[in-house]
Amino acid sequence: MRFEPRERVSVLAATVAPVAGVAAALLLCSVLILWTGESVVEAYWLLLKGAFGTKFAITETLSRATPLILTGLAAAVAFRAKFWNIGAEGQLYCGALAATWVGTGLLTLPPVLMIPLLFLAGALGGGAAMLVPVVLKNRLRVDEVVTTLLLNFVILLFVSYLLEGPLKDPMLMGWPQAAPIIDEGVLPRLVERSRLHLGLVVAVAAALLVWLVMTFTVWGYEIRAVGHNAVAAAFSGININRTIIRTALFSGGLAGMAGVTEVAGLKGYLTLDLSPGFGYAGIAVAMLAQLHPIGVLASALFLSAIYVGADSMSRGVNIPTYIADVLVATSMLAVVLSIMLARYRIRFN
Amino acid sequence: MAVLEIVGVTKRFGSLLANDGITLSLDEGEILALLGENGAGKTTLMNILFGHYTADQGHILVRGQILAPGSPDAAIAAGIGMVHQHFTLADNLSVLENVILGRESLWSWRQDKTRGRDHILKMARDFGLEVDPDALISQLSIGERQRVEILKALYGDARVLILDEPTAVLTPQETASLFETLRRLVAQGRSVVIISHKLHEILSVSDRVAVLRRGAIVGTVMTADADRDSLAELMVGRSVVRPKAEPMEPGDEVLRFHAVSLGEAKLDAVDLSVRAHQIVGIAGVAGNGQADLANLISGLARPSAGHIELFGETPARLTPQSVIAAGVGRIPEDRNAVGVIGAMTVWENLSAEDIRKPPASRYGFFLDAPAARRRAAALIEAYDVRCKGPDAETGLLSGGNIQKLILARALSREPKLILANQPARGLDEGAIAYVHERLLAARARGAGILLITEDLDEIMALADRVAVIYRGRLSESHAVSEVTVPELGLMMAGQQSERPRHAV
Repeated sequence: MRFEPRERVSVLAATVAPVAGVAAALLLCSVLILWTGESVVEAYWLLLKGAFGTKFAITETLSRATPLILTGLAAAVAFRAKFWNIGAEGQLYCGALAATWVGTGLLTLPPVLMIPLLFLAGALGGGAAMLVPVVLKNRLRVDEVVTTLLLNFVILLFVSYLLEGPLKDPMLMGWPQAAPIIDEGVLPRLVERSRLHLGLVVAVAAALLVWLVMTFTVWGYEIRAVGHNAVAAAFSGININRTIIRTALFSGGLAGMAGVTEVAGLKGYLTLDLSPGFGYAGIAVAMLAQLHPIGVLASALFLSAIYVGADSMSRGVNIPTYIADVLVATSMLAVVLSIMLARYRIRFN
Repeated sequence: MAVLEIVGVTKRFGSLLANDGITLSLDEGEILALLGENGAGKTTLMNILFGHYTADQGHILVRGQILAPGSPDAAIAAGIGMVHQHFTLADNLSVLENVILGRESLWSWRQDKTRGRDHILKMARDFGLEVDPDALISQLSIGERQRVEILKALYGDARVLILDEPTAVLTPQETASLFETLRRLVAQGRSVVIISHKLHEILSVSDRVAVLRRGAIVGTVMTADADRDSLAELMVGRSVVRPKAEPMEPGDEVLRFHAVSLGEAKLDAVDLSVRAHQIVGIAGVAGNGQADLANLISGLARPSAGHIELFGETPARLTPQSVIAAGVGRIPEDRNAVGVIGAMTVWENLSAEDIRKPPASRYGFFLDAPAARRRAAALIEAYDVRCKGPDAETGLLSGGNIQKLILARALSREPKLILANQPARGLDEGAIAYVHERLLAARARGAGILLITEDLDEIMALADRVAVIYRGRLSESHAVSEVTVPELGLMMAGQQSERPRHAV
C-alpha cells in the first residue's frame, strides 16, 4: 500500500475533509454509547441541545470557546514556525497573574483604559513565560517541547505559592484565592444573566489580527518560511533566531490573553483551577484548524460545544462526561486522517 | 542468448507515465548502457527489474522464466544484483559484515565469517575489487565503498549486475578502475546494465546503448556505431550544444581569501582569488570542504582564522543579508532543500532574498503581493521558468525549473560576484546549456564567478582558472588551458601534480 500525492486538492475537498472527519468520529463514538445501552440518537441530540439548544447553552458554549480561541491561536502561530510551544497552560497563568497584579489595586483607570491595560499586561506576562525556553533554544539548542512543557508545572506551583502567600485575599478565610479584579477592570457581559463577556470579542479580533499578520506582513512571511524550511530561510537571509523569538513572544502573548479573559471575564479573581487545561486543549484546537487562524474560531467552538454539550448529555442519559474527551480525541485522529486522504491517494500496488 | 528480457513494461505515477511499454533484452557477456536524462525513466525501470516497484503492465523474463514482480528477494534469487545510486551500507559495520548482511540463514547460531571472508577475497582477486574485508565502512573512501556495494551485489553469484549512475561520486581514475572491473565481469560471462547520462563514459565502457526519453525507448545502437553527438541528440530529442567560454581579460579582484581556515581542518589556510570577468573553478570529490567554502561566501559561516575580502573591502560581519546586499549572487548546491522553500509559491521564493524591500514589501513590513507577483511574472518570462505562474507551488516544479528560478533570483540583481555551487548537477542537457549560458553572460557583463563542481567537463568548458580542493586544502590555481583532465583527477585523489606549478 502506498500514498501518492494528488496533483491538486480542490478547495471544496479541503473544507469537506475536516467535517467528514468529525462525522466519522461521531460515528465511531456511537459504538461506545451503544455499549452503555443508551440510544445514540438521543445522546447526540442531548449533546447538541446542551451546546446550542437554549440561549443559556449558547452563551455557555461561547464563553467556554473564548479562552480556547486564544490558546488555539497561540499554538497555531507557534506551530507555523515549527516552534512547538506546549506551554500555553503556563503562559495562560502568567497572563492571569499579570492581570491580577495590575488589576487588583495597583492602579485604577476608567474601563476604556483599564481593560486594554489588563490585556496588555496579560500578553506581556504570557510572553515573559516564553523568554526562558526561547533563549535556551536559540543559545543552546535546548528542545522547546521539553522546556515549555515542564515550565507549565513550575508556573503552576509558583502560582500556588503566591495564592497561599503574598497574593492571598485577606478578606477570605483561608481560601487560596487572590483578591478580585477591581470593577473598572472586569470585562462587561455581552448578554444579560449569562457568563458571556467581552473576552469573546477580543478573542475573535485576535484571530483576525493573527490572520492579517500571517498573510499580509513580512513577519508572517518569515514565520511561514522558517516553519516550512528553516535551512532555506536562513540561506535567503531571514534571521532565524529573531523570527523564533518573535513567534514565541507572539504565541505566549496570545496564551497570556486567555488568562485575562478568564480572570477578568469569567471568574473575577485568580485561583488555581482557573483553567481546566485550556492551554493543552489549544493544541487540539490548532491542529483541528490545520493551524489556520480563522479555522481556529470554528474548531474552538466545536471543542467547547462538545465539552459543554457532554456535561448536559451526561445529566440526561447515563453516559459519563468522559465521552467528551473521547470524542475530541477521536475527532482529531479522524480529521488528520481525512485531511491526509484529501491530499493523498491510496494505491494498492 | 538473452539472460534478461524486459517485455512491454509500463509504469505510471499518477498522471506521469514513467515507463511506456519498454521492451529490452540483455545478452550474456554484454555491457548494456541505459542512457537518458534525469526523469527519463531509467531508475524506475531498474527498480521494477529489481522488485522495488511493480509494473502496471508487462513482465520480466530471466533466462526465459518469468520473474515474480515486486520482490527483491526473487530478483536476487534469480541472480540479479543491484548497485544503487546512493550507497546502502551500514557505516558502523565492517566490509565483511555489510556484504553478508541478509544473506545468511536465520537459523544458524553464529555468522560463518571465515567462509564469507574467503569468498570476498576470491571475488576481489577475480574482479579487481581490492578492499580489506575487516575494515569499517566509515574508514573507506567513496571509491572503496562502491567496490563494497559491487561485492555485495555479486555475493550471491549474481549473473546480472545493475549499476545506477555509478560514476557520479568517483574521480576519473576511480571511474577507469570501475570500468576495468566491469570488463572483467563480462569476460567471465556475466552481464552488466549501467545507467548513466554521461556520454563519454557510456562510449568508453558499453557494448550497446539503449536510449530512454520520456519513459520510452527511442533507440538502441551498438556503441561501436555511435558517437557523442548522435547519442546526445537521441537522448535530448534535438541537438543541444553546451556553450564554451571565450577568452576574456580579467578585471578587478572581487573576492579574495587570505589564509582562511574553518573549524577543525574543515578548511585549512585557503587562499583564493576571483576577479571580474573571470570564472574560477573549484574541482574536487564531494565532501572535501566545498560545502564549507560555499557557506563562507554565502554568509552562513565565519572563518575561524584568516579573512575574506569582498570587492576590495573586508566586511566586519558576513551574514546572508550582508553578502546579498554587498552584491553576491548565490546558487546553492542543494537547490531543493536550501535554494527554495518548496511549500511556498514561486513569487514568495523569488522575493525571499529581499522580502523587506520594495517591490516585495512596503515600509519593510507590509507584503506587497501584487507588486511581488508582477516582478515574479517578469522573471518567469525572462528566465523561462516553466510553471503555471507566480502562484504555483514551487515544490511542484522540475529540478531544471527550480534552478532557473534560483538563477532568476540571484542573477536579476546583477551581482558582482556569483557563487555557483554545482549549478548543473542533475539537470538535463537543455537546462545545463541554459545555466552555462547564463553564467557566461554574467561573466561577460563583468561578474566574477566561483564555480564549485565535481564535473571536470564543466570546468574545462567554462572556467578561466581552476584549483583543486582536497581534505580542506585548496591547491594553487592554474589556467585551465595549462592543465588536463587526468592531472586534475590525480589532484582530486590527493596526489600533487608532478609537473611544474604555474604560479597565480
